[in-house]
Amino acid sequence: MLRIAIPYGLLAARQFRKLAAIARQFDRGYGHFSTRQNLQLNWPRLEDVPDMLEALASVEMHAIQTSGNCVRNVTTDHFASVAPDEIVDSFVWCELVRQWSTFHPEFSFLPRKFKIAVNGALNDRTAALVHDIGLNAIRADDGAIGFQVIVGGGLGRTPVIGHVIREFLPWQHLLTYLDAILRVYNRYGRRDNKYKARIKILVREKTPEVFTREIEEEWAHLKDGPATLIEAEIQRIEARFNRPSYETLPVHHAALAELLATDRAFAAWYRRNVHPHKMPGYAAVSLSLKKTGVPPGDVTSDQMEAIADLADRYSFGELRVSHEQNLILADVQQSDLHAVWRRARELGLATPNIGLLTNIIACPGGDFCSLANAKSLPIAAAIQERFDDLYFLHDIGELDLNISGCINSCGHHHVGHIGILGVDKANEEWYQVSIGGSQGVNASLGKVIGPSFAQDEIPDVVGRLLDCYVARRESDDERFIDVVRRIGIEPFKETVYANTHQSATTSH
Amino acid sequence: MPTLINQRQLLTDQWVHVDDAAELPALVPVLVSLARWQHDRLLLAARQAPLGVLLSTHHTASDIAEHLHSFGLVTIHFPKFTDGRDYSIARTLRERFGYRGELRAAGNVLRDQLFNMARVGFNAFLLRDGQDVDAALAAFRDFSKAYQVSVERPIPLFRRRAAVSA
Ligand code: SF4
Repeated sequence: MLRIAIPYGLLAARQFRKLAAIARQFDRGYGHFSTRQNLQLNWPRLEDVPDMLEALASVEMHAIQTSGNCVRNVTTDHFASVAPDEIVDSFVWCELVRQWSTFHPEFSFLPRKFKIAVNGALNDRTAALVHDIGLNAIRADDGAIGFQVIVGGGLGRTPVIGHVIREFLPWQHLLTYLDAILRVYNRYGRRDNKYKARIKILVREKTPEVFTREIEEEWAHLKDGPATLIEAEIQRIEARFNRPSYETLPVHHAALAELLATDRAFAAWYRRNVHPHKMPGYAAVSLSLKKTGVPPGDVTSDQMEAIADLADRYSFGELRVSHEQNLILADVQQSDLHAVWRRARELGLATPNIGLLTNIIACPGGDFCSLANAKSLPIAAAIQERFDDLYFLHDIGELDLNISGCINSCGHHHVGHIGILGVDKANEEWYQVSIGGSQGVNASLGKVIGPSFAQDEIPDVVGRLLDCYVARRESDDERFIDVVRRIGIEPFKETVYANTHQSATTSH
Repeated sequence: MPTLINQRQLLTDQWVHVDDAAELPALVPVLVSLARWQHDRLLLAARQAPLGVLLSTHHTASDIAEHLHSFGLVTIHFPKFTDGRDYSIARTLRERFGYRGELRAAGNVLRDQLFNMARVGFNAFLLRDGQDVDAALAAFRDFSKAYQVSVERPIPLFRRRAAVSA
């Protein structure tokens, strides 16, 4: 597998075309977007890799620091720089972190891989709380910009919500503070057991208080040193992101309301896959890579080229990859939405399911990954097939369902409202189900509901969880996750395991 | 004999590594472990020859910070090339404690790591056996630019760039 870095998930259309060409020439004509906003090619031949890297370099791309015990690709909000709730443009800060982390001389051989997320908005769409370091931008009362620093979150076999170690770090000190954190981790992180080597274990073993004190002590030596950021650099990077020259448009495009009233399929897509934009008359669009029957996050070379054309025509030649494994056109004029939708529908990229049950996050699992305990893609497919009815999906409303093929948790099952984890029982593939996980500002980790299930039971189990939710919700606005938080997991457990014996026999 | 690169040149190693239990030879520069130095400090200081200390990867720069003037050589051992702690020790010795003498990387010292080792302040490298010496000498030119602050270039790229355009 070759993993290609897409720094903070931002791509130019010409780069996307090159990825399409590489996947076609050297692989099987498709690629897979991971939850790290990167692209993975599953079948390259080792002897082709130099040519692939050369092709990537021709569009300023590479595969550097996409594996190994180093700082990995920094991830961010897929609505960065267009979100109405934006505090700062995350891309600028991501780029600073990218530069700082690229071939960092001191931190290229850490105890374990290291993931940083930057969230520049009020709502967190980056899962900052489950990263090794999460940075939440803050604008203080006096207008000063800084970051809340969260350390030691993570998924994997020991899921942890990160600890806030600093409420407000003025932006000038971002890099020296990162140096301090990494230096303490580099020094004391465990190197004897790779399962205990992530920073979350160090924070837990030292306690967050002691850990924070050590960071601050280390930082005292680095603070105000030459790595302290300067305004000129922020401005230089801001200028390098050639933000589109937006047209002055009315807040609402007149014809749009009419189309939404008359074209129900378009309206359904608009409701789920079109997102607000900070500029009047513009919108951000999700192209769903979660069509029923297609492995989540997979995209063919032909689709990539067509998407690049869409980006060129309607969105200033730019694309983003979301950590939910979809693609985003961030700067579409409202008057173009219908045309974008028609084209996306032809391409199989208009499934109106963003935020809904079938927008499943899934890792490649047992079909592709040698570490897997169980397959994840057939589970995703079975769920998508079972719950294909749009009215039902919209009625169920917002629901994140995440699937990982093993405890390495690449499918982020811990933070799914429903999480499904592949486990191995006597060499058979079983699935453990948890509920109540969530990402965002109030991130939480899911709780396992009980004994695991066989593969063919899973759609039924999901169905029963939904039955319980529908029976117990107090209004249409109360989401699945809200109900779990209100009533706990017991009622769900009872519904799922009632007559399990019977259900197990009927399902065979 | 392992190859020594010092100040980007091949040199013969003048230092004699003395095991903890072995007797100290007279008048030659010796390299001793941190434990030996802690144990025989006065004896070692009384010798009329240069003294070097060997740190392991679990030591810290603070372990010798107050005595750096005693040492003509600090060697840090890499048990594996993937153990990155030595980079922090080296950088801290240089940046925080102002060590100016020879700072040597020993153990699993491979061509691909030389560039970064030099950046954090190592200026001498005892290559692991079997390394191609010419390739190793070329490694110091692997990249022409670097973003970060380092011992080699204490001013980060963004400040150098801002200074030029100002
Ligand atoms: S969660 Fe496990 S099975 Fe899935 S991609 Fe990660 S390592 Fe592989």
